Amino acid sequence: MSYKIYPLGDAAACIDLGNIIDESINKKVIAIRNRLERFSFDGLKDIIVAYSSVSVYYDPILVKKPGLQQATVFDFVRSKLEDAFHQSLIEEHGNSDIFKIPVCYSGACGIDMAFLSKVKKISKEEIIQLHLSKIYRVYMIGFLPGFSYLGKIDEKLEIARKPKPIQVPAGSVGIAGKQTGIYPIACPGGWQIIGRTPLKFFDPGAVMPSRLNIGNYVQFYEISEEEFNDCLVVKDTETKH
Amino acid sequence: MSLSIIKPGLLDTIQDMGRFGFSHWGINPGGAMDRYAAQVANMLVCNDAHEAVIEMHFPGAQILFNQNALIAITGADFSPTINDEKVPLWQPVVVRKNTVLQFPKLISGSVCYLSIHGGICANEWLKSYATNLKVSAGGLSGRPFKKNDEIFFKENSIYYAGLLKEDNNLHVLPWRADVQKTYKFPHEISVIKGNEWDQMTGNSQFDFIENNYIIHPSSDRMGYQLRGSTLQLSSQLEMISSGVNFGTIQLLPDGQLVVLMADHQTTGGYPRVGHVISAHLPKLAQLRPSDCMKFRLADIGHAENLLMEQQRDLQVLARACYDRLKATVC
Repeated sequence: MSYKIYPLGDAAACIDLGNIIDESINKKVIAIRNRLERFSFDGLKDIIVAYSSVSVYYDPILVKKPGLQQATVFDFVRSKLEDAFHQSLIEEHGNSDIFKIPVCYSGACGIDMAFLSKVKKISKEEIIQLHLSKIYRVYMIGFLPGFSYLGKIDEKLEIARKPKPIQVPAGSVGIAGKQTGIYPIACPGGWQIIGRTPLKFFDPGAVMPSRLNIGNYVQFYEISEEEFNDCLVVKDTETKH
Repeated sequence: MSLSIIKPGLLDTIQDMGRFGFSHWGINPGGAMDRYAAQVANMLVCNDAHEAVIEMHFPGAQILFNQNALIAITGADFSPTINDEKVPLWQPVVVRKNTVLQFPKLISGSVCYLSIHGGICANEWLKSYATNLKVSAGGLSGRPFKKNDEIFFKENSIYYAGLLKEDNNLHVLPWRADVQKTYKFPHEISVIKGNEWDQMTGNSQFDFIENNYIIHPSSDRMGYQLRGSTLQLSSQLEMISSGVNFGTIQLLPDGQLVVLMADHQTTGGYPRVGHVISAHLPKLAQLRPSDCMKFRLADIGHAENLLMEQQRDLQVLARACYDRLKATVC
């Protein structure tokens, strides 16, 4: 596994393990994050874990101390990221809970189902079966509070994003490229929406606001429109517009 | 101890230095757009630099003080008045209860800060008072101010009411923060090359530095949309999402640039061609839609030195403000 370290400005830096969606790379990402958390340094403010990269936000003023050996604060942070890469060990069975998530693919829930079926020349039933056929890894939480990037989907379902995002309701399940994901809150979204879950995935008041975490696994199961309406936790009237 | 909102402004929110440590849940830092002006506002009234402040965009709110208060207004100049009497920016001011603060006219800048001695009582969410509008958390119930909102402030540690002369509605304390260094050459913004800088064509790299960019009206707290010459990559680049920061400049598929601002997402999938240096984020935050700007390249050592210098000046300022106020009220 190779890496590249580069600055994201003068107060953040990134260790990048390659522009690729890969389970073992994503496990290394978690290992680096865990190592940085355990062996933190003064001025480290936040760690952003993504598919194949770990970025750190830091306060250069707190990092810089008299006697700092490196020429710049970035050089010091780079050495910390290098250490974390070399010293971290992948935990094979880290945080690998499987979440079973109900999804309604019918009616108004699958906004873009008809479009997808037409473009991909696959029946709606087959799209659902393909989407249900896999256990997905949570590769990262990002973009929005609690938005989960899950992968990888069956190649037959791969489709481009919409040219312009549209407003989607909370719980919408979308696909884009090799990924599927759940919109935790009502917001503009560019993924093709094939279904919707009635469960709440982000609750600012909870001790753990995001239901899913990087490294978890997700398996979807189908529910009817009736079942969906019965257990809708986030009522449409409560969501923001 | 409170103030009331007679009439809300365009977007008045409670902000602080941001919410850090929760990116793994996709929770972005948010916080004040102009963190320098917000810190100076706090320092002028002898608050901790991280205390919550009120951030306003033009038009600003109409605010009724229900009690005497020691305040400071910093950042953009919206020609503030107390009962129609002008209030200077960047100075501590004692205001009498039942007076009204207004912002009748836009003179310059984009975001204005109001600090109150003692600090504001706000909802703390994940170790920060910053308002997160997306999930309605932090600040004042996670939303902008509305008519008749009452915002409480914390207890005083300094007795300043005695400074108000008999009939005066306000008393301006005779010292001012010198912020010239931070805001000089307001349209020149230094950037560090981003990881995808080299993926731009030579002509586009040249255009990036040589041409002017205009801030589009669709810009907001999330990002500034820029309009200028169309930039190109030397080859098609499919990127998977990765970390971004306040000041990250992304090249969009249509060849235009967006600079991520305080409410930026934690991750993004567009090429990062540059990053605005921290010391110049306050200048950028004060640029308005239709304003023109120009990028200059800087190296990271220089950027770090500028930031250290800015921070040293802030520490000197904090000390001076504290000493003067203590000497005045005792």
